[in-house]
Amino acid sequence: METYNYKVVRQFAIMTVVWGIVGMTVGVFIAAELIWPQLSLDLPWLAYGRLRALHTNAVIFAFGGSALFATSYYVVQKTCHTRLFSNGLAAFTFWGWTLVILLAAISLPLGITSSKEYAELEWPIDILITVVWVAYAIVFFGTIMKRKVSHIYVANWFFGAFILTIAVLHLVNSAAMPVTLTKSYSAYHGAIDAMVQWWYGHNAVGFFLTAGFLGMMYYFVPKVSQRPVYSYRLSVVHFWALISTYMWAGPHHLHYTALPDWTQSLGMVFSLILLAPSWGGMINGIMTLSGAWHKLRTDPILKFLIVSLSFYGMSTFEGPMMAIKSVNALSHYTDWTVGHVHSGALGWVALVSIGSIYALIPWVFNKEGMYSEKLINTHFWIATVGVVLYITAMWISGVMQGLMWRAVNSDGTLTYSFIESLEATYPFYFVRLLGGLLFLTGMFIMAFNVYKTVAGSTVTDEEVAQPAH
Amino acid sequence: MINSFFNWWVIVITLVNIFACYWLIKWTMKSRPDESAAGEATGHTWDGLQELNNPLPKWWLWLFYFTIIFSLAYLVIYPGLGNFKGTLGWTSHNQYDGEVQESDKKYGPIFAAFAAKSIPELSQDAEALKAGERLYSNYCAQCHGADARGNTGFPNLSDNDWLWGGQPEQIKATIMNGRNGVMPSWAAPLGEQGVENVANYVQSLSGRDVDAASAEAGKAQFNTLCVACHGLDGKGNQALGAPNLTDNIWLHGGSAGRIKKTIAGGKNGVMPAHSEFLGNDKSHLLAAYIYSLSN
Repeated sequence: METYNYKVVRQFAIMTVVWGIVGMTVGVFIAAELIWPQLSLDLPWLAYGRLRALHTNAVIFAFGGSALFATSYYVVQKTCHTRLFSNGLAAFTFWGWTLVILLAAISLPLGITSSKEYAELEWPIDILITVVWVAYAIVFFGTIMKRKVSHIYVANWFFGAFILTIAVLHLVNSAAMPVTLTKSYSAYHGAIDAMVQWWYGHNAVGFFLTAGFLGMMYYFVPKVSQRPVYSYRLSVVHFWALISTYMWAGPHHLHYTALPDWTQSLGMVFSLILLAPSWGGMINGIMTLSGAWHKLRTDPILKFLIVSLSFYGMSTFEGPMMAIKSVNALSHYTDWTVGHVHSGALGWVALVSIGSIYALIPWVFNKEGMYSEKLINTHFWIATVGVVLYITAMWISGVMQGLMWRAVNSDGTLTYSFIESLEATYPFYFVRLLGGLLFLTGMFIMAFNVYKTVAGSTVTDEEVAQPAH
Repeated sequence: MINSFFNWWVIVITLVNIFACYWLIKWTMKSRPDESAAGEATGHTWDGLQELNNPLPKWWLWLFYFTIIFSLAYLVIYPGLGNFKGTLGWTSHNQYDGEVQESDKKYGPIFAAFAAKSIPELSQDAEALKAGERLYSNYCAQCHGADARGNTGFPNLSDNDWLWGGQPEQIKATIMNGRNGVMPSWAAPLGEQGVENVANYVQSLSGRDVDAASAEAGKAQFNTLCVACHGLDGKGNQALGAPNLTDNIWLHGGSAGRIKKTIAGGKNGVMPAHSEFLGNDKSHLLAAYIYSLSN
C-alpha cells in the first residue's frame, strides 16, 4: 500500500518551533538594544543593524518558511490523495533550506549583506535558495499532477501561487553582479532599484506571508472545525483578485520619494482595491465556523486559527489605509509601520502557524492529541496579550512620532528636534519589549508541549486514503 | 515621461486589471445549470473537506465596487495612467513648491524682521535667541551637539576658540557657504620617527611634558612643513581654518596617539553650505544665536 510521506512534514514541523524560538529571541534582543544600546557590547556582530536582518530572515524564512513547507507538503498529499512526488527531492528541500538558514545565521552577523531588505543574503546563498525552491516546486506541482481527484483543492491554489511567485520575485530582485564570493552589486540602480526592491518586498508580504498562509488556513480551519468551507464562489473571486492586484501595491512603500508620481498613484489605488480580496479570505475562514461557534470555547487550536484571521482582517484593513498618500505622509518612517508589520507577522502569520502546527503534530506523530491542551490554551492567551501589547505600543509611538515630526512653532520652525521624539518613544519601547517577551514565552511553552508529545513516539506513515468519488 | 509604448503598456494593463476584477465578480456570480443550490455543498470532497455554494456577501461586494470606482475616479483626477497628467494637473513637485511658498509668505516676515537688526543686537534679544535656538536644534545639533559643545571632529561652538573666525559676519559666512578644512597627510614626508617628533613638539606648544630631544627635532620639521598654515608660533590661521595648536583645545582628539594619527593621516573637515535651504534671514538669526553662546 502507498503511504503518505510524513517524514519531511515532521522535520519541518519540529523546525518551525525551533526556528520560531531562535528568530523571536533575536527579535527580543534587538528590541532590548533599542532601549539599552550598550547590550551590543560594542561587538560589530551584535550590532542592531546586523541582527535586525537576522531577525527578519529567521522569523520570515526559517520559522514561517518551515511552517509553510510542513503544511503545504501535508495538505497537498492529503487533498490530492497521493504520496509526495519525490521523497529524495523532498528531503533535499529540508536539508537545503536548513543550510540556507545556517548560512544566513553566519553571514548576516558578519555583516555580509546585499543590503536589500528581506533579501539580504549574498549571491551564493541566493543561488542555493533558487535550487531548493525549484526542487520544492517540482515536489509540490508533481504531487498535484499525480492527484487522484479531478479538482484541485483551494488550499493548493494558494500554495501554488505562493511557490511560483516567490520564485519569480527572488530571481528578479536578487539579480546582481558578483565581485567576490561575499559581495555583489544589484543589477538595478537608483529609483529603479528601489522600485524592484519594493515590488519584491511587498509581494513577499503578499505571496509568502499572505497567500502561503491562506493556503494553510484553507485546510486547517475547516479540518479542525469539521465544517465545510463557507463559500466556493468567494474563494474564486478573492484568489484571482488577490494575486493580480498584489503585484501592483509595492510603490506604496515609496510614497513622496524620487519614484515618478504616476507609479505612486498606481501603488495607492491597487492597495485600496486589495482590501476586498484580502477580506474575502478572512470572511471565508471565519464564516466556515458558522454553526460551530461553540467549538471556539473548548478548542484552543481553533482559538489560534480564528484570532489569527481577525488579526489578518485588521492588518489588511490597516495596510490599504496606510497606502493612502495623506495617511502615509504621517505614518511613513515611524513605528506605526513596525506595529503594522507585527500585527500581520505575529497576529496573523505566527498565530495561524502555531495553531496549524498544534493540529498537525499529533496527526503526523501518530498521537491522539497534544500532550497538554491546557498548555495550548495558556500559550494562546500569553501570545494574544503579547501581540496586543506590541502593536498598541507601536501604534501610539508611531502616531506620536509622526505628529512630533510635523509639529511647527508659530514662527514655522520645528517644535521638536529628532532626539526629543526618540526620547518620547522610550516608554513604548519598554511595552514593545514586554509584548515580545510574552510572545517568546509562549513559544517556549509550545516547545515543551511538543517535546512531551513527540518524545518516544513510534511513527508509522499513514496509508493513502481513497478519494470519496 | 515614459515613451509611447510604455505609456500605453501602463494604461492598458492597469485598466485591464481593474476591469478584470469587475468581470471576475460578475462571472463568478452567474448561476450555472449543473450547480448545487445556494448554501449546499458543491459536491467535491478532498480528504473529507467540502465547500458550500454560498453567494458572495452583499456588503463585501459593495466594498469591492466602491474601491474600484474610487480608484478609477482617482486615476482620472491624479496622474497614474502613464503620461496622462490627470484633470487637476497635480504633481508632487508643484505641491512641494506651493507649500514652500505658502510657508515663506507666512513665516518669512518674522525672519525678515530679525534680519533687519545686527547680529550683536540680536544676540541680546531673548525672542530672537529663542527662535535661533529652535533653528539650531534642527539644523546644527546633529553634529555640534544639543549643547553646542561639539564632538571629536565637530567644533565646540560655545567656547571662544574659532577655526574660521568668531566675528558675526564670519560666523554667518560659515553657515551660509560652508567650510572645508584640509590638512594633508604627512606620513610620507615625515616618516614614523618624524611624526613622533612633530607630535611631541605640537604637544609642547600647549605646555605638555614631552621628550625634549624629540620635541626639539620635531620643531625643525614643524618650522618647514607645518608653519605655512599653523604659523611660526603654532597659533593657527583663521583664513585657512588652521587650528590654534597652543590652547590645548583639540578638534580631532588631544591624546598623543590621536595627534600622531592626525599628523600622519591628515584631515578633511567639511561643514556643508546652508544658504540654499535656510536663506539669508534664517542664517542671520542662526549666526546671532551662535555668536551669543560665547559673547
